[in-house]
Amino acid sequence: MQRYSIVSLARNALTGHRNWPQAWRSPEPRPEYDIVIIGAGGHGLGTAYYLAKEHGITNVAVIEKGWLGGGNTGRNTTIIRSNYLYDESAAIYDHSVRLWEGLSAELNYNVMFSQRGVMMLAHNTHDVQVLKRHIHANRLNGVDNEWLTPEAAQAFCPPLSIDRHARYPVVGAALQRRGGTARHDAVAWGYARGADARGVDIIQNCPVTGIRREGDRVVGVETAKGFIAARRVGVVTAGSTPVVMGMAGVRMPLESYPLQALVSEPVKPVFPCVVMSNSVHAYISQSDKGELVIGAGTDQYVSYSQRGGIQILEHTLEAILELFPMFSRMAMLRQWGGIVDVTPDRSPIIGKTPVEGLFVNCGWGTGGFKATTGSAHVFAHTLATGEPHKINAPFTLDRFRTGRLIDEAAAAAVAH
Amino acid sequence: MLLIDCPHCGPRAEIEFRCGGEAHIARPASPEETSDAAWRDYLYLRRSPKGLHLERWNHIHGCQRWFNVARDTVSDEILAVYPMGSPPPDLGRT
Repeated sequence: MQRYSIVSLARNALTGHRNWPQAWRSPEPRPEYDIVIIGAGGHGLGTAYYLAKEHGITNVAVIEKGWLGGGNTGRNTTIIRSNYLYDESAAIYDHSVRLWEGLSAELNYNVMFSQRGVMMLAHNTHDVQVLKRHIHANRLNGVDNEWLTPEAAQAFCPPLSIDRHARYPVVGAALQRRGGTARHDAVAWGYARGADARGVDIIQNCPVTGIRREGDRVVGVETAKGFIAARRVGVVTAGSTPVVMGMAGVRMPLESYPLQALVSEPVKPVFPCVVMSNSVHAYISQSDKGELVIGAGTDQYVSYSQRGGIQILEHTLEAILELFPMFSRMAMLRQWGGIVDVTPDRSPIIGKTPVEGLFVNCGWGTGGFKATTGSAHVFAHTLATGEPHKINAPFTLDRFRTGRLIDEAAAAAVAH
Repeated sequence: MLLIDCPHCGPRAEIEFRCGGEAHIARPASPEETSDAAWRDYLYLRRSPKGLHLERWNHIHGCQRWFNVARDTVSDEILAVYPMGSPPPDLGRT
């Protein structure tokens, strides 16, 4: 792997940038691997990277039906935060934020992680109570979060309207300063490059068509390029997880819904942080390219259409304009949908399945990007050792039988 | 946005409706004899299929009545609308 640096940049500038090596190979699959990961999004590629780097397991393939990072990794609104209510959630999301903080240096790849702050707005007494409860719970867990008055919120984010006569007046805000955004594609590319350099095969344009079992044990995967044997298989396929796990005969507590996002035309820097509002359902930030990045909600029905209804966008934009009237003349350029797999308790499932050797990392619902790093890190531990890391130990599939749920449904920042 | 043919009110926009999720999930007949695994199956396991999905809808801003819909989850095309309590129509596909 060629290391990126000012020296390599200068050297390649002399030759017109025509001699950069490819960042990763495009190998044909070998007949057998120690571990096969299905799904080359951020979570899957990160898992392969940490398997190679931290556990020394390099006989690994990541199999992807499309192109790497082309699913929800490339479709999200890139928000990173860890201000979740419950101890289990705070542990995994803050583990992720800590890994984000060192990721560009670790990967020698600029993931453009920007801790510009995530501010959540309160519009009524209930919001105030909920957000303050979050702040106290977060601080007990060592997660930074602080309360702002409306004036302080506006000082932190000048475009914010704090008009007391607004339909949804801002009565305060919770601010996580360590939260922010990152370049989503770069995360997939950085992990892919790091994993590939350590010997992991990334096999794109190769749909998995079946998961082969012998009794209660997984023995490999059927793909468009033939059967690939594996001692362990990790399913990291986000919205397609119900379908992929169905290939192994495992029913999941998941439903897949379209989730939409949209971006405006690019403008000069105008919006310094991330702002979210649960009550009016809006979240917005500005990309380094200058586009306003706006997240909408899910459709109400199961679908794999990757589109989403127009009324969902309309609802979100109404909310955005209520908070930021200055954006009323902005043109929206692009809209797209991704398919998110949602669990009943809105917490992920990371760990074992009833099939020996088959592991799953799914159920991230509407908020998996922020956890890419931590999720990949603990899932690599799980695949390498066969047992969960202590951080993902509570996030079992079996919790839906035992009733030990991690009920972030109402506690997530934005209710989808 | 879906155009849903309410059996009582005719075709109306999706925003008048609330989706009630997967249809034909029967509550365990004798709760005291039902295992934790069977409760999990009833409460939490869902098909979420890529293709034909049978689901319940309520015309919440109209007649407020429930009915079943058969829909393709890839094209979002509504294939059939049929009453609560009826078995799904034979659509020649699974």
